[in-house]
Amino acid sequence: MADTHPVDASDLEPVDKSALKVSDQVAIEIIDMNKWYGQFHVLRDINLTVRRGERIVIAGPSGSGKSTLIRCINRLEEHQKGKIIVDGVELTSDLKNIDKVRSEVGMVFQHFNLFPHLTILENCTLAPIWVRKVPKKEAEETAMHYLRKVKIPEQALKYPGQLSGGQQQRVAIARSLCMKPRIMLFDEPTSALDPEMIKEVLDTMIELAEEGMTMLCVTHEMGFAQAVANRVIFMDQGQIVEQNEPREFFNNPRNERTKLFLSQILGH
Amino acid sequence: MDDVAWTRTEMLGPEAPPASAVGIVGWMRANLFSTWLNVILTVAALGAIWLLASHIVPFFAHSVWNASSYSECREIVARTWGEGASGACLAVIRERWKQFFFGFYPADYYWRPTLAFILMFVALAPVLFSSLPRKMLWFSAIFPGVAYWLLWGGSIFFPIAIYLGFVAGYVAFRVAERGPSFLPPLAAAVVTIVWWLFIAGPLANLLPDIGLPAVQSKQFGGFMLSMTIGVTGIAFSLPLGVLLALGRRSDMLFVKWISVGFIEFIRGVPLITLLLVASFLLNIFMPPGTNFDIILRVIIMVTLFAAAYMAEVIRGGLAALPRGQYEGADSLGLNYWQATRLVIMPQALKISIPGIVNTFIGLFKDTTLVAIIGLLDPVGLITSIRANSAWNGIVWELYGFVGFMFFICCFGMSRYSQYLERRLRTDRH
Ligand SMILES: Nc1ncnc2c1ncn2[C@@H]1O[C@H](COP(=O)(O)OP(=O)(O)OP(=O)(O)O)[C@@H](O)[C@H]1O
Ligand SMILES: [Mg+2]
Repeated sequence: MADTHPVDASDLEPVDKSALKVSDQVAIEIIDMNKWYGQFHVLRDINLTVRRGERIVIAGPSGSGKSTLIRCINRLEEHQKGKIIVDGVELTSDLKNIDKVRSEVGMVFQHFNLFPHLTILENCTLAPIWVRKVPKKEAEETAMHYLRKVKIPEQALKYPGQLSGGQQQRVAIARSLCMKPRIMLFDEPTSALDPEMIKEVLDTMIELAEEGMTMLCVTHEMGFAQAVANRVIFMDQGQIVEQNEPREFFNNPRNERTKLFLSQILGH
Repeated sequence: MDDVAWTRTEMLGPEAPPASAVGIVGWMRANLFSTWLNVILTVAALGAIWLLASHIVPFFAHSVWNASSYSECREIVARTWGEGASGACLAVIRERWKQFFFGFYPADYYWRPTLAFILMFVALAPVLFSSLPRKMLWFSAIFPGVAYWLLWGGSIFFPIAIYLGFVAGYVAFRVAERGPSFLPPLAAAVVTIVWWLFIAGPLANLLPDIGLPAVQSKQFGGFMLSMTIGVTGIAFSLPLGVLLALGRRSDMLFVKWISVGFIEFIRGVPLITLLLVASFLLNIFMPPGTNFDIILRVIIMVTLFAAAYMAEVIRGGLAALPRGQYEGADSLGLNYWQATRLVIMPQALKISIPGIVNTFIGLFKDTTLVAIIGLLDPVGLITSIRANSAWNGIVWELYGFVGFMFFICCFGMSRYSQYLERRLRTDRH
C-alpha cells in the first residue's frame, strides 16, 4: 500500500450527497459470478447489483481481485461461471454484445492507456467516429466540450506524451465520456499519479458523480470514498467481504479483515 | 554559524560560451583530439582515407569513356597516363547502359518503362509524405495496374478485370459483415481469388483488345527488371506480412497454425531454392499448356519470402506494445479490425520501421539472385557482357556501376526511414 496517498475528504470539493439520486433501475447485475485464472480461483461467488446513479467504491488489499472484478464488467476478462448483465445485456462470448456493452461502459485505467500516436483530440474522437459513426465535426465538438469540462481544452492538439500524468488521466476520462457512456469504471485512476495531481483527477470524478453518473471505482483514496460513494465494497481473496454505506463502513467495520485493512490504510 | 544561511541578492545573466567550446576549432578539439587515444585514432583514420583515395581517385581520374573494347581502353590509359597507370574503362557502361536499364525491351517502347518509373514516384509521394493531399492516394491505388499495362502491354481490360476482383472482394466483405468477425475478411479473400482465377481472364478476353503492343517477359532485363520485382515485392510483402503477423497472434488455432507453418517454412528455406522451384518445378505442377509468367512466379516467391521476414519484424512491434493499448481500444468498443487498424498497427509499424526497411533493402538486393535462374537482371547482364570477347576481363567497372546503382536505391530507403521515424515521434516536440 506504499503507493497510496490518501487525500483528506476535507481537501475535496464538498458534495451534497443527498442531492445525488439513485434510481431503482438496475445498471449492472452480477449473479454468482466466478472466475479462474487457470487453476487459481480469483473471484468467488460474486453477487452485486448496481443501480443507476450509484457510486460504488471498491477497496481491498493488493491481489484481492478488485481489478479483475471490474474488468469482467466490460469483458476485458472473461468469467467462467455465473451471470453478468450490464444494461440488460448479458455478457456471453457473443462479440456483438461485448462491443455493445463496451461502447456503453467507459473505463479509466491506472496507466491511462491513451493512444500515443494520436493527438488528444483524436484520442477523444476515435471511438465516436468509428463505433458510433458520428460525423467528424460533431465528434470534435463533443470532444472539445468534454475537454473543457476536464479543464484542458488548450491541450487538444498535443500528443499524450507531452502532458503530465494528471492531465493524461483527465484526457482519459474525457475520452471515455465522449462515448456518452451510461456507466463508468475506474481502476485505481490516481495511483500512478504524483500527490499534487491526484486532487485534480478526483475533482473531475466528483463532478461526474454530481451529474448522476453510475460509477464503480477501485481506489485507495478513502477521502474520495467518504465524500462521494454511497456504498463501499471491501474485497479480500476474491470475495466480497463487507459492504456498507461509507460512514458505517469507516466508523463501524464489522469484519476482522476490514478492520485490519482500514487500520493499515488510515492509521498512519 | 550564521554563514550557513545565504541568499542570492542578484540573479546572474547569461554569458557567451568560451571560444574554445564553439566553432570549428572547438568542434575538432572536442571530437577529434580530446584524448591521446582519440588523436591516434584520428591520425590512423586519416591515413586509411588517404590510402584508399590514392588508389580510387586516379582510377576514376584516368577513366576512358570512348572505346569499343576493354583492350582499347587499356591502350588509351597506357598511352595517356603512362605504362602501369590504372584507369576505369567506363566505355563499357556508355556502350551498354541501355541494356543495363531496359534489358532487351524493344527500343521503340523505352518510353513505357520510363513513364512507369516516373509515375511510380507520383504514386509513392502521397504514401511517403502525409502532407500531400489524400486524394492522390487514388492514383497510388491504380498505379500497379497502370504500371503493369505499360510494362507488359496488351489489352487495357486485363488490369481492369483484375481490379474488379478487389471490388468483388469488397462487396463480399460488406455482405459478410453481419456474420461473425472472422467471416468478412475470409469472404473477401475467397471471392477475390475466385474472381481472379476464373472470371478475370475470360472477362478480359470477351472485351475488345484495346491497348498497347504486348512485350514478352523474356525481353525484360536490367534495372527495370530489378525495379519491377523489387517494388512489387516491397508493395505486397508489407500487407501480407501484417496479415501473417496478426494471424500468428490470432486466437483462432487454424489461422494461427497456417501462419506459423508458412512463416517457419519460408524462413527456413534459402530464397534461391524458392526461385529454382519457381523456375523449374512449378511448371510440372501446372496443367500442361498453361503459361504462368516467369517474372510473375519470381515476384510471388520473392514476395512470400520477404513477407515471412516482415511478419516476424511486425510481430516484434506488436509484442512491444503494452497490453494497455489493446485494453484501451477494447474498452472503447472498437471491434478487432478497428482496433488493429486504428490503434495497434500504426504503433506496431512505427516501432518496426527499422526492421521493415531492413527487410525491404534485403529484398531489393536479393532480386539479383534471379540471375541464377537465367533472368537478365543487372548481375545477369554483367555475366553476359563479360562473356563478350570485346569486354572480356573487365570486372571493377561493371560490378562497381551496378553496386553504385543499388547503393543509391538502398541508401535512399534508409534515409527515408530515418526521416519517417523522426516525423512520427510524438513524445517530444
Ligand atoms: N492474467 C492473469 N493471470 C493469472 N493470474 C492473474 C492475472 N491477473 C491477475 N492475476 C492474479 O489474480 C489476483 C487478483 O488480481 P487483481 O489484479 O484483480 O488484484 P487487485 O485487487 O486489483 O490488486 P491491486 O490492488 O494490486 O491492483 C492476483 O493474485 C493476481 O496475481
Ligand atoms: Mg488492480
